[in-house]
Amino acid sequence: MGSYIPSTVKERQEMLESIGLSSIDQLFSHIPEELKLDRELDLPSGKSEMEVSRVMNNIASHSVVFDSIFRGAGAYDHYIPSIVKSVTGKEEFVTAYTPYQAEISQGVLQSIFEYQTMICELTGMDVSNASVYDGATAAAEAVNMCCERSRQVVFCSEAAHPDNIRVIKTYCWASGHQLVMVPVKDGKTDLSQIAGQLDKKTGACLYIQSPNFFGQIEDVQQAAELIHSVGAKLICACNPIALGLLKTPAEQGADIAVGEGQPLGMPLSFGGPYLGFMATTSAMMRKLPGRIVGQTTDVDGKRAFVLTLQAREQHIRREKASSNICSNQALCAMTASVYLAAVGPDGLRQAACSCYQKAHYLAEQLSQIEGVSLRYTGSFFHEFVTDQPDAAKVLDALQKEGILGGLPLEDGGILWCATEKNTKEDIDRVVEIVRKELM
Amino acid sequence: MQLLFERSHSGRKCTILPECDVSYQLPDASLCRAQAPHLPQLSENEISRHYTELAKQTHGVNDGFYPLGSCTMKYNPKINDEMAALPGFAKIHPLQPEETAQGCLEALYLADRYFAEITGMDAMTFQPAAGAHGELTGLMLIKAYHESRGDFERKKILVPDSAHGTNPASASMAGFQVVSIPSLPNGCVDTEALRQAADEHTAGLMLTNPNTVGLFDLNISEITSIVHNAGGLCYYDGANLNAIMGIVRPGDMGFDVVHLNLHKTFSTPHGGGGPGSGAVGCKEMLKPFLPSPVVTKDENGYHLCRCNPQSIGAVKEFYGNFLVVIRALTYVLTLGKEGIPEASSNAVLNCNYMMSHLKDIYEMAFDTGCMHEFVMTLENLKKEKDVSAMDVAKALLDNGIHPPTMYFPLIVHEALMVEPTETEPREVLDHAIEVFRNIYEMAQTEPEKLHEMPLHTPVRRLDEVGAARNPHLRFEF
Repeated sequence: MGSYIPSTVKERQEMLESIGLSSIDQLFSHIPEELKLDRELDLPSGKSEMEVSRVMNNIASHSVVFDSIFRGAGAYDHYIPSIVKSVTGKEEFVTAYTPYQAEISQGVLQSIFEYQTMICELTGMDVSNASVYDGATAAAEAVNMCCERSRQVVFCSEAAHPDNIRVIKTYCWASGHQLVMVPVKDGKTDLSQIAGQLDKKTGACLYIQSPNFFGQIEDVQQAAELIHSVGAKLICACNPIALGLLKTPAEQGADIAVGEGQPLGMPLSFGGPYLGFMATTSAMMRKLPGRIVGQTTDVDGKRAFVLTLQAREQHIRREKASSNICSNQALCAMTASVYLAAVGPDGLRQAACSCYQKAHYLAEQLSQIEGVSLRYTGSFFHEFVTDQPDAAKVLDALQKEGILGGLPLEDGGILWCATEKNTKEDIDRVVEIVRKELM
Repeated sequence: MQLLFERSHSGRKCTILPECDVSYQLPDASLCRAQAPHLPQLSENEISRHYTELAKQTHGVNDGFYPLGSCTMKYNPKINDEMAALPGFAKIHPLQPEETAQGCLEALYLADRYFAEITGMDAMTFQPAAGAHGELTGLMLIKAYHESRGDFERKKILVPDSAHGTNPASASMAGFQVVSIPSLPNGCVDTEALRQAADEHTAGLMLTNPNTVGLFDLNISEITSIVHNAGGLCYYDGANLNAIMGIVRPGDMGFDVVHLNLHKTFSTPHGGGGPGSGAVGCKEMLKPFLPSPVVTKDENGYHLCRCNPQSIGAVKEFYGNFLVVIRALTYVLTLGKEGIPEASSNAVLNCNYMMSHLKDIYEMAFDTGCMHEFVMTLENLKKEKDVSAMDVAKALLDNGIHPPTMYFPLIVHEALMVEPTETEPREVLDHAIEVFRNIYEMAQTEPEKLHEMPLHTPVRRLDEVGAARNPHLRFEF
């Protein structure tokens, strides 16, 4: 069987004897017998590393790895620079705990400070935390930041990612906040639908995603003006790659910017671990959940970094804390930092422009096929919806060619995505296969 | 050392992406940001050296002893990372057609079976991303259960005063009121106080056993019965499961729902703060409320099923921190039915060994046999020599040892909580014992020296008050 225990049986016996015991069982003798498991665990026998590797490789081989991916919908296939994997594989970073002991954790702390700076730069906001679990929990935590005793009505765009909506719903149910869904019209949030429901006393926030689930770029500024008119907050979910090109949440009046950081160097990983980023205004700084790193000095006057503003957190405030979050996604935050450092400002813009151009090229080519039409006319970033006679048939044909096509929507549409990884040749091939299927 | 931004030089770069091979007009300026973000401009060599330098200023399990109580800083096996990087896991899109993601679903299904067996539960969810997230999810299950029975009056969650801060914080987020239950002088739950507090408004109790002082609460069956008799449910905080795996199961102690910290007990690395995984297990009656989707199996293979009309919904995107689950599954397969209890036995052995060789000079908060961690109180040392738990912790830093958890649990004054774990060899424990004893000696003879420590770390003691008073949270360009 496999084991990571260094001490030999003989050494264990010596250790037991040195503390006046003769057997391991004596360490558990005070536990009532009737509570103890009177059998072996019903698990396979332990294995050597080689056997485990064989078992896991076999399981992994039952999944199909697509070389060419045109599906996004919250998980995006971007190129990951080699330096990202090399840095985030360093064992010091991988095996450290939360940097409670600042004197021997400056590496992790400084990297988080750098991450916070980059998130502020991307979003245009004043303050970032050290990460939360993912984009959906970032959204739900942001909603909690906005709710107060009297303000508990939460408006949520139905054009946001379905998982984000689900998580916001679950959190609102648990904490008793009232959730009002804002319907979609022509692929965008229909803000005219909430004008009548806004109330100066009860409105807490509006959650809007741009580009939204359908890829459409929302009028965030109008949303901000609307929700601010009743003194409530605007939470804007954004795509970090798109921020290499598109307007920032701050430029459009957001109070909190959140998003899924996976596009910044994290593999698809069947959905996780990803990265929830959160940034806000200075005014709302003390409501941010989670770890925050600040700059300070040590007793010798040397610059140093430390976990700070801890009076918000659960280990100090217990039931009055701004959130229960303890562990976050630190290594994923570092992944994002290394990614952003590697691509730099020009590379990020280049990635964003490539996504935009390739998605528009794909959309243009697909829509020239008879029977295929673009569903929405608004501006989009790197995702868009098409209507066609038989989505399943089209996607099956692509799958047979080793291509993961767009995401089939319940209403027959297909949500496509293109990134910098999709070459013109790949795109042309997709278009050809779709054309052939629909002939 | 310099920040990435201070190293940056305009025009330097890595060449990561090719020129775009299609041309399409870019969006109108009205949609675009006014100014590019200030991101570092560096060559790959500079980035690589920057992070190597940062790594040198970071203490991980790989750098030395890390007896951080309640965090179970055991060795992180390398095969786990290699398995998590397999393309059949790492390169799978979460929304791929089910039949093309069978390997991922199989892994989740197996993990469900194995972790349910280890905890004595009937079903698991892997959506929660961390321990606290698991707590929140478990409490939501409890809430949904009561509501499904038309019982909307159960608003209270009972939490011992020795609990981790996430317990009351999670209860609060789940919309409950927190009732603190006092501990007895021996660190265990005051069953009389519990009996007084448990009533028709009790939704549940949150508890860890062994508790946060490292003792197995012998009254556990009585405790869970008191709560059940009042109509409440019992939540097991898995922070301390490393003491009892394969020996006692939460399900057999009367718990209805548990969370595991896969990044503690099941050896997945903590990454400087995350990602972890707070897998939640529950008994049959809570199964209908589990987050959606769940993995099912039939003759056609594995399926993701949104077939639970009473589900609390989702607590995270997709299916949780999937690659963390892969690492933990690899670990369970490695240890197997024999290795899992052996890990716990040796965690308890290492802990008792350290405690026994320190208790003649250091005062133990509870001087009975411990489980996987022990708590000492430096209250007297503080009074007599003005040497605090913090001073001892900082002195350990100069000896290459990560300090124990400080000032927790709150019921012990000047607490240091030590958890050696099973993956440390005896000579590491012996060295740590010697260091602890030397520090104690120094506290007797030259206590003022301890206030100066650490002396040899990359930075020395920090101005934390100043950091909080004048928050400086990002680099200013």
